[in-house]
Amino acid sequence: MTDISEIKLTNAQIAWRAAQDIVDGAYVNLGIGFPEMVAQFQPEGRQAIFHTENGVLDFGPAPEPGQEDWDCINAGKKAITVRPGTAFFHHADSFAMVRGGHLDVAILGAFQVAQNGDLANWSTGRGGVPAVGGAMDLVHGAKRVAVVTDHVTRDGQPKLVEQCSFPLTGKGCVTRVYTSLAVIDVEDGHFVLREKLPRISMADLQAVTGATLHTDGGPADLIVPETL
Amino acid sequence: MDKTISSLAGAVADIPDGASVMIGGFGGSGAPLELIHALIDQGARDLTVINNNAGNGHVGLAALIEQGRVRRLICSFPRSADPTVFNDFYKAGKIELEIVPQGTLAERIRAGGAGIPAFYTPTSYGTDLAEGKPVEEFEGHAYIQERWLKADYALVKAECADPHGNLTYRMAARNFNPIMAMAARRSIVQASRIVPLGGIDPEHVVTPGIFVDAVVEVTNPAQEEVLNREGAVYP
Repeated sequence: MTDISEIKLTNAQIAWRAAQDIVDGAYVNLGIGFPEMVAQFQPEGRQAIFHTENGVLDFGPAPEPGQEDWDCINAGKKAITVRPGTAFFHHADSFAMVRGGHLDVAILGAFQVAQNGDLANWSTGRGGVPAVGGAMDLVHGAKRVAVVTDHVTRDGQPKLVEQCSFPLTGKGCVTRVYTSLAVIDVEDGHFVLREKLPRISMADLQAVTGATLHTDGGPADLIVPETL
Repeated sequence: MDKTISSLAGAVADIPDGASVMIGGFGGSGAPLELIHALIDQGARDLTVINNNAGNGHVGLAALIEQGRVRRLICSFPRSADPTVFNDFYKAGKIELEIVPQGTLAERIRAGGAGIPAFYTPTSYGTDLAEGKPVEEFEGHAYIQERWLKADYALVKAECADPHGNLTYRMAARNFNPIMAMAARRSIVQASRIVPLGGIDPEHVVTPGIFVDAVVEVTNPAQEEVLNREGAVYP
């Protein structure tokens, strides 16, 4: 069996792959943390407009350290910048953009994704202080809800499962998953493998996936730049 | 008509024990720190606070909690860079917490200000946070019923105000401030500048003065992020 830790994609490579599916002019919300990396890999000649749910559309990159204006932050409470085209708005308008179907894509992280598109990404249900933020809103309304994630947990357990065991963020909401090994769509209650790393066999990929991977013709090779 | 008040103490003087208070801001941006600190000085306790977060460090909302003034908090995300104060109170059972998804929190507040007692949203359907809430199907999809949220007071941070209470905001500091101004029985605003009538272009007014009851000028307001980097503690 292939040692997947040696062949799996880095987070940057997963983010790069997810960025290739964002069309020019798309309105995009990127979840806090890892999904934010997707913004760095917009293909040449395409311009997505990024939404951050605390109330900014089309913001610029992080300022130089020391140049932060703490009235100008993103949902992760990191400093961002204003650029020509930036718009500010209040929270009710911001979530109207989210739930009202105005976003083309939301890209989020995950603890687990189930084959019916259920997503668990807000709580492991193990006590502590509960905190949901905008996670439950972001999974509804965007035309596509994609997930970027490692294929398995740190201790090797599948993150793509038949049924989520962690508390749900949303039901039947995920449409595509970009993992460290594959690109997988959710269709009619099951996972459909679209691309896989050429160096992993179908059997080995299935072995680290918690639900049956269907194919629709042969999966394409998942090819990403070696260095990013 | 002149809604301006000359002091922070005067602006928050009538907030009684047991009041519900909406506090604007998302993290530190748009947080009316000077009004919160005046409320700490004023002494009201047993408060229900509605804010997106639960404070950060030992200033602003975190300081209000640390002083034991908050009985119940309604928020979406009580985590922060330094959530020690809230976490300690929560784990000790000294504060009640109602977690509301962020967009639902915003819409409940908007509905409260707009006179809409309930609405249906897809958010949280099928999750633990929807437990016990009415579900209805519209056009083949399930939605849950949420209720309006109103408060006795709102503490709001604005950039510019005129004597009628017309307001503008600064960048992403707008966040919850305009909708909270609408949803409270009495909305108290700190503005970085108070200008004469006509000083705000009518096309640029974000919050019309009808939603505002009192305005106090706080020039060069403190930023939570900056205070926390300095290790500030209030009082």
